[in-house]
Amino acid sequence: MHYSVLVEVRLRHGIADPQGATIERALPALGLDGVTGVRAGKSFRFDVAADDEASALARATVVADRLLANPVIEESSVTLGPAVSPPSTGSAT
Amino acid sequence: MPARVGVVMFPGTNCEHDAVLALRRLGTSADLVWHGDTTVAGFDALVLPGGFAHGDYLRPGALARFSPVMEAVGRFAADGGPVVGICNGFQVLTEAGLLPGALQKNRGLRFVCTTVGVRVESSDSVLTSGVPVGTELAIPINHFEGNYTCDADTLARLRGEDRVVLRYVDNPNGSVDGIAGVCNAARNVVGLMPHPERASDPLLGSVDGIVLLRALTASAELAPRAAATVA
Repeated sequence: MHYSVLVEVRLRHGIADPQGATIERALPALGLDGVTGVRAGKSFRFDVAADDEASALARATVVADRLLANPVIEESSVTLGPAVSPPSTGSAT
Repeated sequence: MPARVGVVMFPGTNCEHDAVLALRRLGTSADLVWHGDTTVAGFDALVLPGGFAHGDYLRPGALARFSPVMEAVGRFAADGGPVVGICNGFQVLTEAGLLPGALQKNRGLRFVCTTVGVRVESSDSVLTSGVPVGTELAIPINHFEGNYTCDADTLARLRGEDRVVLRYVDNPNGSVDGIAGVCNAARNVVGLMPHPERASDPLLGSVDGIVLLRALTASAELAPRAAATVA
């Protein structure tokens, strides 16, 4: 089966987030107030081939922890989408 | 026999020739090492120069860590060989786990390109050996992600073990504790954001980087040649 994966990477709590702070400071220019706690991050989508949900999650977590996030300053969360059949590798004819 | 310094070049590195030139002018036989090489045999010291290794995609240094040469760099460092990462090279060394901490975007999201005052805080590293503590050097910085960050325990350890090698006189980027350079526990791996090779000739406006490069050269000459025999 193939599982679609969403990994979100964000700065750890307590790590200064100058991007988020700058975005938050820009909001009053839109006439908005009451929007606080802006944190900037990254998201990644990919597909994992695996026999079941548990092994898909395990493999996606390795990708998130070993590459997509730097554990010194970042943390990540992994969300699995529904399983789908692998795309056909044969000719389209 | 002059010290042999390998200057590691990744796709996107752009300070390698500056580093080679500055090191050769100090009498070393500096040469480039390609990131795809799997050995650093024959070198007495390694420099990871500045630039944008692998385009700085994902995070600076995050992909360079997987270049084939990095396994050899890790073995060289573990054997006590002198390794210095400058700017992007510092970022690569932190991502590779050879140095603690991480380099974040500068405070205020400002790219900083200017000559700054840098103070030597420890004479006990391959880059500062023989340079008196308190020596102030004028050296250029040129980076967006040079804001040194680490957790409180790591910072306490770095301070307690005298591993903060260089500090900014006036913190230009928000680095914790004004840190401009750190070393590993064995003191043979040093990372710094300032570019000593860009302060190596009067034409460049400063010659203050020479004292650091000379210390590295001396460390390379002292380094056990056994490091060079490691395949």
